[in-house]
Amino acid sequence: MSVLIYAETEGGKLKKVAFEVASYGKAVADQMGADLIAVCFNAENADTLGNYGVSKVMNIATEGAFDAKIYSSGIQQAANTASAKVVVVSSSADSRYLTPLLAIGLEAGYATNVVAAPSNLSPFTVKRTAFTNKAFTQTEISSDIKIIGVSNNAFGLKETATTCTVEAFAPQLVASAITVESVDKATDKVTIADAEVVVSGGRGLKGPENWHLIEDLANTLGAATACSKPVSDMGWRPHSEHVGQTGKPVASNLYIAIGVSGAIQHLAGINSSKVKVVINNDPEAPFFKAADYGIVGDAFEVVPQLTEKLKAFKAQA
Amino acid sequence: MNILVCISHVPDTTSKINFVENDTQFDTAGVQYIINPNDEFGLTRAMWFKEKVGATVDVVNVGGAETESTLRKTLAIGADKAIRVDAAAVDAIQVAKEIVAVVQNGQYDLIIAGRESIDYNGGMVPGMIAAMLEMSYVNNCVGLEIDGDKATAVREIDGGKETISTNLPLVIGGQKGLVEESDLKIPNMRGIMMARKKPLEVVAPSGASALSSTIKFEKPAPKGEVKLVDADNVDQLIDLLHNEAKVI
Repeated sequence: MSVLIYAETEGGKLKKVAFEVASYGKAVADQMGADLIAVCFNAENADTLGNYGVSKVMNIATEGAFDAKIYSSGIQQAANTASAKVVVVSSSADSRYLTPLLAIGLEAGYATNVVAAPSNLSPFTVKRTAFTNKAFTQTEISSDIKIIGVSNNAFGLKETATTCTVEAFAPQLVASAITVESVDKATDKVTIADAEVVVSGGRGLKGPENWHLIEDLANTLGAATACSKPVSDMGWRPHSEHVGQTGKPVASNLYIAIGVSGAIQHLAGINSSKVKVVINNDPEAPFFKAADYGIVGDAFEVVPQLTEKLKAFKAQA
Repeated sequence: MNILVCISHVPDTTSKINFVENDTQFDTAGVQYIINPNDEFGLTRAMWFKEKVGATVDVVNVGGAETESTLRKTLAIGADKAIRVDAAAVDAIQVAKEIVAVVQNGQYDLIIAGRESIDYNGGMVPGMIAAMLEMSYVNNCVGLEIDGDKATAVREIDGGKETISTNLPLVIGGQKGLVEESDLKIPNMRGIMMARKKPLEVVAPSGASALSSTIKFEKPAPKGEVKLVDADNVDQLIDLLHNEAKVI
């Protein structure tokens, strides 16, 4: 009996979410008295999962790009080989893509957006977010094998030094009917999904020519840049930066909103961020009700100051 | 081309979220229901295929009679036929199995669902349908073109997007980008009148069972007041973020 995690890689390197999923998996494995096993694809540094409680890694070698069908089939076979009773995955775009296929393959109940270790093993009960972060549910999973999708940045990293062996695992990989023709991805920029800090701009910035304010602040903090829906609708910024209910979800440690009024659809998408800062010249902006810290002021004056002071702060830190 | 669009009937975003019966039921009192936004982008894309290549567009929902107002709205927008599987939706796998039964009774080349519903945010139904029917599947789909039985889809990935080619039949989990928000169709009077005459079939469920269930709801703890920092004192904000919030 084991708990299996799917540890994601990017260019052969384990992603931060892999360690978060391992941390979560370790908590479940300890509750169940089970081993924690990881499956990954083309990982070069798989043994580092041992720092987070993984005792064995099943490393699958594939050629070509990520493919949901091929990856879910590989993970399914790993789960069967490892006699996994619980499979833990992240909330990345790729994990959310492949895991519904895995759930059908394993005939497993699957809960997404899970924010805490199981509150009960029998019946198996987890807490997850629902209503776009406006509520939590206690969800019972009744199938023999359970799949948990851990909400990004909800459980955190918990180190548990463990002796870890890495083995090659060679499942029968299925054929895919999908061909990736091209990938358009900025490799030098931190993504909204992976970022610890997100700096977001709204209509208050008055136009795309002023985005250097957002970018300078983001660069200083090593942050991802994001924007509100009107900004992407007007074409000031690409759709891929739109965060909110119909855009990307944000679950960063720090979310800084500049010139964003805080429409309910926007707040729904960013509410799982831990600390929210708002800078807006309108003291009545709804965002002030949702934020932890706020500055009522002109973004064109406050933001450059903040960037300069943060640079000085980072230089001495 | 026959398209099936899966429609979730969800509380409007601005709805107050409350629970009743000892926090075991969602409080529907005073709640306005809408077409799930992610589904609406897909429905509008389906309408585009209807206009350009004469596709037939059916919609399906798994739910009680209360969802029919939402299905009528999809007919008013231009769908040809609505199907309601008469079963309370319990979890994604049960809903996906019921939709698979509908697909097997029809001949669909393209199944469009939203990437997730804004109520339970599961994000599983389209992938599960694709897996059970062994159809190609693209999630987080922000662009879709069809040429004969060839499909070109754009998938949003973390940090960018990728362009995918595949063949029909295809299942997509759609979202904003399939069409722009400004292209969303609002039912006009003629559409509303015509919708009254269009078929809304109620079919008996296949009896699929769920593998998970919601047993209790909780509301987040109330948020404290925002701490305001003077605009001339950004040092204080940096200090708070460093020493109090510990995020920088």
